[in-house]
Amino acid sequence: MAEELKRTALYDEHVRLSGRMVPFAGWELPVQYDNTGPSVEHQTVRTAAGLFDIDHMGQVEVRGPDALPFLQRTQVSDISDMAVLDARYSLMCYADGGIVDDIFIYRLGEQRWWVVVNASNRAKDVAWMQAHSQGFDLELEDLSDRTYMLALQGPKAQAILQKLTPADLAAMPFHSGLETTVAGVPAVLGATGYTGEYGYELFFPVEQAALIWNTLLDTGKAEGLLPCGLAARDSLRFEPCLPLYGHEIDQVTDPFSARLGWAVSFAKGDFVGRDALLKIKLEGPAKLLVAFEMVDKGVPRPDYPVAVDGMVAGKVTTGMKSPTTGRFVGMAFVPPSHSKLGSSIDIMIRDQPKKAVVVKRPFYVAAYRRK
Amino acid sequence: MAYKFDPNVRYAKTHDWVRVDAERGLAVCGISDFAQHALSDVVYVELPDVGTEVSQGDVYTTVESVKAAEEVFAPVSGEIVAVNAALEDEPEALNSDPYGAWIIKVQPADLSQLDALMDAAAYEAFVAAEEAGGH
Repeated sequence: MAEELKRTALYDEHVRLSGRMVPFAGWELPVQYDNTGPSVEHQTVRTAAGLFDIDHMGQVEVRGPDALPFLQRTQVSDISDMAVLDARYSLMCYADGGIVDDIFIYRLGEQRWWVVVNASNRAKDVAWMQAHSQGFDLELEDLSDRTYMLALQGPKAQAILQKLTPADLAAMPFHSGLETTVAGVPAVLGATGYTGEYGYELFFPVEQAALIWNTLLDTGKAEGLLPCGLAARDSLRFEPCLPLYGHEIDQVTDPFSARLGWAVSFAKGDFVGRDALLKIKLEGPAKLLVAFEMVDKGVPRPDYPVAVDGMVAGKVTTGMKSPTTGRFVGMAFVPPSHSKLGSSIDIMIRDQPKKAVVVKRPFYVAAYRRK
Repeated sequence: MAYKFDPNVRYAKTHDWVRVDAERGLAVCGISDFAQHALSDVVYVELPDVGTEVSQGDVYTTVESVKAAEEVFAPVSGEIVAVNAALEDEPEALNSDPYGAWIIKVQPADLSQLDALMDAAAYEAFVAAEEAGGH
């Protein structure tokens, strides 16, 4: 059955800029711009700045007296210490510990929060949150259709955006939010992103999408700003080992298997999934996400089987030639017995076992993690 | 999209080209500008072994781009007598110079196979029709 693909308000802009439009999570989005290509776009974000249309992402507003207790109940982190305008990565889990989605939480007021969710999970997430909101005094509103979302990422992002906003960006801590204007348009700014670089995510009314997009591209031209597609977005999040739903995490994967146990707080009290997650933490997960590098030649790709001792025992979640390092690397789920650094595994590439070795994560240290 | 079409090669419907090296009697094979464009940035070419026999239409190698692994088909039958080892270090040459960056040289079994392939004008029309046909 043919799926009806949605187009973002910037569809015509992408086509005009040589965007190669492909289906992604129910949307038609540029995988790359043919004038540049994924490798150039990737490198530009690492060294200058890139602009991404990420309007497919969803935004859910939670507001009311019980907004905090509701979020404490429905996601795994302790967010009681979040001040107004803080932003934080977290996860929502099912009762069995499987991941509903990974999310970014913004506290925009004492009783007003935004939850930013993945495009592919938006409907499911909203329904799941609704189902768990019984008994809480709050309102849940899906703002996705009227809220546009762009990501401006890279070392030059701050200099570019500062020309368009009265907010003092240098004073904005990493992982915080702000309500301000951009090019005169009211916007929520997050000092956030998913590329391993410093940068911003912008939320504003959908009617202003073309204005903000084109103003940013014009303003950033002198700094080397380029529009970037999904392929670069994927390789940029892969190198610092940031998980992507449907690859490293999904409903049958728990946070501990995916090395996201740091996001789980057992001390904060009860939450959905707590009992199952505590059991997994105590007993140890059945599979573990590792980083690996090819020893034999070959390009590892998502869903390639992983064999240990001649038996298929896992699979690749993401793999590629890392554009920044030139290494042929990937992430894969393997049995805990083969998760140690230096462990030998085989990646099945077109039915041929190719040697690989478990290596240190990440492949690229995110700008905000450097000492 | 404007693609480059080399008048000195013959094209298969699989977007592979073959050029005859008349001096040595060899068939030099590669992928077209349209093919490299569709692939996007090439990161790896799995070169076949010299001495392998291929038949016209057989998969003889896989070219890996940033996003996908694509099979490459032999435009002519024969024995592979050389592979372009330079592609090991510089696979992106397939993007930058698709008609210079050959992949294999074949000792052709029957050069008349080339007669059934397209010349540049016919291939240009074929590509245009394929693009108009949508994705």
